[in-house]
Amino acid sequence: MNLTQTFASVVASSQIDANNIEPTVNNPAVATGAFSYMWLLLALPLLGAALLLIGGKRTDKWGPYFAIAMSCGAFVVGAIMYLKMLGLPANDRPVNLHIWDWVIVGRFQAPLGMQLDQLSIVFVLLITFVGSLIHIYSLGYMKHDPEKRKFFAYLNLFVAAMLLLVTADSYLLLYVGWEGVGLASYLLIGFWMYKPTAATAAKKAFVVNRVGDVGLSIAIMLMFVTFGSVTFPGVLNNAAEGNPTTMTWIGLMLLLAACGKSAQFPLQSWLLDAMEGPTPVSALIHAATMVTAGVYLIVRSGPIFDATPTARTVVMIVGAITLMFGAIIGCAKDDIKKALAGSTMSQIGYMILAAGLGPVGYVFAIFHLVTHGFFKANMFLGAGSVMHGMNDQLDMRRFGALRKVMVITFITFSCGWLAIMGVPPFAGFYSKDKIIEAAFGVNWIVGAVALLGAGITAFYMTRLWTMTFTGKSRWTEDNKHPHESSSVMWIPMAILAFLSVVAGFMLAGAIETWLAPVTGFEETELAVSSLVMEAASLALVIIGATIAYLQYRRDVPLVAPQHVSPLTVAARHDLYGDAFNEEVFMRPGQWLTRSLVFFDNRGIDGLVNGIAAALGGLSGRMRRIQTGFARSYALSMLGGAVLVIAALILVRT
Amino acid sequence: MIQLLGAAANQTFEMPSIDYHQIAPILVVLGMAVVSVLVEAFVPREARRNVQLVLTFATLIVAFILVVSLAGQRALAAAGAVAVDGPSLFLQGSLLILAIMAALLVAEKGVDSAGDAFAARANALPGSVDEREFTKRGWLTTEIWPLFLFSVGGMLLFVTGSDLLILFVGLEIMSLPLYLLAGMARRRRLLSQEAAMKYFLLGAFSSGFFLYGAAMLYGFAGTVDLGGIADAVNANAGQNGLLIAGMALISVGLFFKVAAVPFHQWAPDVYQGSPTSITSFMAACVKLAAFGAMLRIMYVALGGLRWDWRPMFWVIAILTMFVGVIIALTQTDVKRMLAYSSIAHAGFLLIAVIATNEQGIGGAMFYLLAYGVATIGAFGVVSLVRDSTGEATHLSSWAGLGKRSPWVAGAFTIFLLSFAGIPLTAGFIGKFAVFEAGVAGGAGWLVVVAVIASAIAVFFYGRVIVIMFFTEPQADGPTVVIPSSFTAIAIAAGLALTIVLGIIPQPFLDLAEKASIFVR
Repeated sequence: MNLTQTFASVVASSQIDANNIEPTVNNPAVATGAFSYMWLLLALPLLGAALLLIGGKRTDKWGPYFAIAMSCGAFVVGAIMYLKMLGLPANDRPVNLHIWDWVIVGRFQAPLGMQLDQLSIVFVLLITFVGSLIHIYSLGYMKHDPEKRKFFAYLNLFVAAMLLLVTADSYLLLYVGWEGVGLASYLLIGFWMYKPTAATAAKKAFVVNRVGDVGLSIAIMLMFVTFGSVTFPGVLNNAAEGNPTTMTWIGLMLLLAACGKSAQFPLQSWLLDAMEGPTPVSALIHAATMVTAGVYLIVRSGPIFDATPTARTVVMIVGAITLMFGAIIGCAKDDIKKALAGSTMSQIGYMILAAGLGPVGYVFAIFHLVTHGFFKANMFLGAGSVMHGMNDQLDMRRFGALRKVMVITFITFSCGWLAIMGVPPFAGFYSKDKIIEAAFGVNWIVGAVALLGAGITAFYMTRLWTMTFTGKSRWTEDNKHPHESSSVMWIPMAILAFLSVVAGFMLAGAIETWLAPVTGFEETELAVSSLVMEAASLALVIIGATIAYLQYRRDVPLVAPQHVSPLTVAARHDLYGDAFNEEVFMRPGQWLTRSLVFFDNRGIDGLVNGIAAALGGLSGRMRRIQTGFARSYALSMLGGAVLVIAALILVRT
Repeated sequence: MIQLLGAAANQTFEMPSIDYHQIAPILVVLGMAVVSVLVEAFVPREARRNVQLVLTFATLIVAFILVVSLAGQRALAAAGAVAVDGPSLFLQGSLLILAIMAALLVAEKGVDSAGDAFAARANALPGSVDEREFTKRGWLTTEIWPLFLFSVGGMLLFVTGSDLLILFVGLEIMSLPLYLLAGMARRRRLLSQEAAMKYFLLGAFSSGFFLYGAAMLYGFAGTVDLGGIADAVNANAGQNGLLIAGMALISVGLFFKVAAVPFHQWAPDVYQGSPTSITSFMAACVKLAAFGAMLRIMYVALGGLRWDWRPMFWVIAILTMFVGVIIALTQTDVKRMLAYSSIAHAGFLLIAVIATNEQGIGGAMFYLLAYGVATIGAFGVVSLVRDSTGEATHLSSWAGLGKRSPWVAGAFTIFLLSFAGIPLTAGFIGKFAVFEAGVAGGAGWLVVVAVIASAIAVFFYGRVIVIMFFTEPQADGPTVVIPSSFTAIAIAAGLALTIVLGIIPQPFLDLAEKASIFVR
C-alpha cells in the first residue's frame, strides 16, 4: 500500500516528461545520510538467518518471530530509503555505498559496494514487502512442522541473497547474491528432503541453475577482459563503445544466466518440479525472488543489449517461446501448484519478452514483474490455503465447490485470477496490455504471440479457478470438511488481493517516469490506437475464459482422461522438456563421462597409478634411511656439510 | 690535566647508549623468565601452576603490545647488536602470537586424566615407584613455564640479532630449554627421553657448525657484525677460503634448525617423541625464528655473495621438498607425517631465501605465519584424539573420525588443506607469495619443481581426509576428548587465522610487504 500510494505521489510531484528518456544514470553519488544505512537491508535478514541457524534449537521458540521481524525491518529500511529517494531530483537518486575492497591486485580491482537506484529500490520494496507477507503466512502454514525454525532461517537467507543480488553495485557481487539465491532455493525446495521427490527436485533446480550460472560467470569474465571492470558504471557506461560481437556474446551469456534463474526456455524444466517445496517457498520463488532475478539482470544490463540487436532479438524470442510454453503446460496440469507454476513460466516469459524489446519494454517488464509479484504471491498463498484446508490435496480434480467453505480464499484468489487474466481494472490489465502493445510496436509476430498468450492465460487460469472453487464437490473420502485458514494466513492473502486489484492503476504512468532515468523509455508507436489493442486482448481473454468455464463447470472426471489430443499429452509431460534434456544433454553427457572414465582408467590413471606406485616404492626405500640411530643422523649431517662446502667451492671455481 | 683525563677517557671502555624501548620485548620475556624461576622456588606447589599461567600469558601479551608499539622503527639498537626493523618486528609479532597459541596447548590439563601432558617429575625413572607416587599426588612439572619463556626469549633475540655472536646466543637460549621440554612427556616417556637426547646431541653438533662458521667469518671480516661482514665481502670479492667455509658452516647450523635435508633426520623422531604441545611450539616457532635468522644472515651479511650460495641452496631446497613429501607418503603416524610435512615446508620456504628480493622476505614472513597457525591448530587436534594409552597417533585409528567428531575432523581438514595450499586457506596465499617471489627472483624452474612437490604433497594430506571421512570407524577406535577452553581457544584461533588469512590476505600481505626491508 505504501508502495502504491507513494508511487502515485510521484506522478503528482514529478515534472519530468516520461516520453523518450535516455538513461542518464550509472554515475551514482556516494551514499550519505540515511542512505549510508542501506547495509541494514542485507544485515537484518542475514542476522536472522545466522542467529536461527547458529542458535539451533535454543531459538525454536522465538526464532520465527525474529525472522519475521528481520524481514519486516528490511522492508522498513527499504521504505525509508525509498521515501528519501523521492525527495531527490531524478538524477541524484542513484547512490552507492562503498563497503569493502575485496581484492585490489594490479589490474584486477574488486571494490564491493551497494548501489541503490530507482530500479533496485523497486525490487527492494517488492522483495521485502511480499517476502514479509510470506514470512507471516508461513507462521500459520508451517505451524506444525518440527523444523519450523530452520525454515524461517532459510527464508531469511533467501530474502538476504535476493536483496544482495539487486543492490550489488557490480556484476561480481551480483554473482554472489545470484549464487546465494541458488543455495537458498536449493535448501527450501528440498526442505522436506525425506521425500525423495523433494530431494530430487532441489537437486534438479540446483543443477539446471548451474548451467545458467556458467553463463553469468562467462559474461563477467568477458566484461572484465573487455572493459577491465565489473562494476555497473564501469561496464554499462562503456557498453556502447564495445565491439558488437563481444557485446553479443556477453548479452547471450547474460541471457543464459537469466534463463536459468527465471526458468526460461530451454532451462525451464526445474520450475515445475520445484513445487515440491512448501507452498510459501513456491510463492517466494515465483513472486518476489529467484525467477525475477533474470528479468532484473537483463533490465539492469540494458546498455549491453542496446549495443547488440542480435542478443536483444534472441531475448525477445526466448521470452515469446517461454510464454507459449508455460501457457500450454498450464492448460494440462491437474496439480494446482503445477498449473500455477506453468503460469509463472508464461508470465515471466512476458517480462523477458518485454525486456527484449529494448527501451520501449524495460519499464513494462518491471511493471509486470511488480504486479505479477502481487497477484502470483496472492494465488500461491491461496493455493496453499486450499491445500491446508484439504489435507494437502493438490489434485484439482478432487476440489470443486470450495467457494462456499473457503470464502476468504475464494475472494482473494478471484482477485488474483482476474488480475492475471488482465481484466480491467485489475493489476494485470495495465501491465500486460502495455507489453502486448509494445510487442506489436516492434514486431507483429511477437505481438501476436503475446496476444494469443493472453487468451490462453485466461483459459488455463479460468480452468484452475473453476475446477477449484465452483461446480460440485469432488472431495476424497478423508476430506469431507474443508475449512478456511487462520487469520495469520488469510490476512497476508487479503493484503495481496487488495494490491492485485489496485496496483495496476496506481502504478500505471508513474512507473515509467520513475524508472526512465535508469532504464530509458520510449513511447511505443502503434498503427492502431491502444484502445483497439485493449479491446482485442480483452475479447480473447473473454473467449478463453468462457471456453474454460463452460468446459470445467461441471462433469470433471475424477481421473484425467487418457484419450486426449497429442498436444494435451505433451503438455502433461511439460512439453517433453525433461525428455529433451535427457536425450540431448544427459545421455550424450553420460556417454561422454563414460568414455572419459574409460580413457581415464586406461590412460591417465595408468600414468597416475604408475607414478604413485613409483613414489610409494621410493618412499618405502627412503624411509629406511631413517634408522633411529643418532650416530647415523650425525653422519648424514656431516655428509650434508661436506656437500654444502663442495657445492660452494664448485660454484666458486 | 683536563686534556689528560680526556685522553684517558678515550681509551677506556665507553658505555654504549641503549634505547631500552627498542629491545623491551626481549628484555620483558627474558626478565619474566627469571621471575618465573623464582616463582618455582618460592611459591607453594598448589599455587604454582596458576601463578605461572598468569605470568606467562601476561608476559607474552605485554611483549606483543611492546612489539606493536615499536611498529615503524628502523634502527640498530644496543650498539649494533640488535636490529629493530620491519622483518624483525613482524617476525617477533608472529612469534608471540604463535607462542601464545602454543602456550594455550601447553597449559591444557583437561584431556589426560592424570594431569597435563608433562611428566609428574621429570627426574623420576619411567615406570618406577616414585613416578607412580608423584602421579598419585597429582604433582605437575611447572618448571616447563620458565623453560618455555626462556625459549621464546631466545627466539625473539634470534630473529633480531644483527651480529653473529648475538645470533648464537639467541640460538642457544632458544634451543636449550627445548631439549629439556622435549623429554618431559607424561606418556611414552622413554620415547620422549630418547627424542630429547637425540635432539640435544644433534643440536649441539649443529651449534658447533654454526659457531665454527661464525668464527671463520670473523676471521675473514674481522667483525661479527652482519653489516661489517657485508662490507668486507664487497671490499674483498675474490676467493677466500675462510669466507666460503664460514658461509657453508653457518648455513649448516641454520639448515639443521629449519630441518632441511640432509640435516632433517632429528625432526620426525623429536616431533613424535615430544609432548604434542611442545612439538607444535617447535614446529611453528623454531622454524619461524630460524628462517628469520637465515633470511637476515643470507640477505644482509652474505647478500653480495648470492651468486655463490644460491646453487647450493637450490640443491638443498629441491632435496628438502622431495625427501619431505616422498617420505611423508608412507608415514602411518600422524605426528611423523606432520614432521615430514614440516620438512617439505622448509623446502618451500627456502625458495623465498633464494629469491633474495623484497617479495621473498614478505612472502616468507606471511608463509611462516600461515604455516605456524595451521601447525599449532593441527597438533592441537592431534592432542585430542586419544585412547586408553594416551594420544592415538596411528593413522589407522583415525578412521571414520569425521563421522564421530565432525567438528574436530573438519578443523583438521582445514589445517591439512592449508598445508596442501588449497585456495581460500592461508597456506595457498603463502605458497603463492613465496612462489611469486621465487619467479621474480629468477628461480622459475625451482618454482616448477616446488609445484610438482606440492602436487605430491596433496596426496598424503588428502589421504588423511579420506581416512577421516570416507572409511568406517573402528569399533574400539580412539575417542575425541573434550578439552578445556585452553586447547579449544588455540584450535579455534588457528582455524580462524587460517581462514581469515586465506580469504582476506591483503591487509596482512600489505603489512608483510611494508615490513620487508632489513636495516643494516
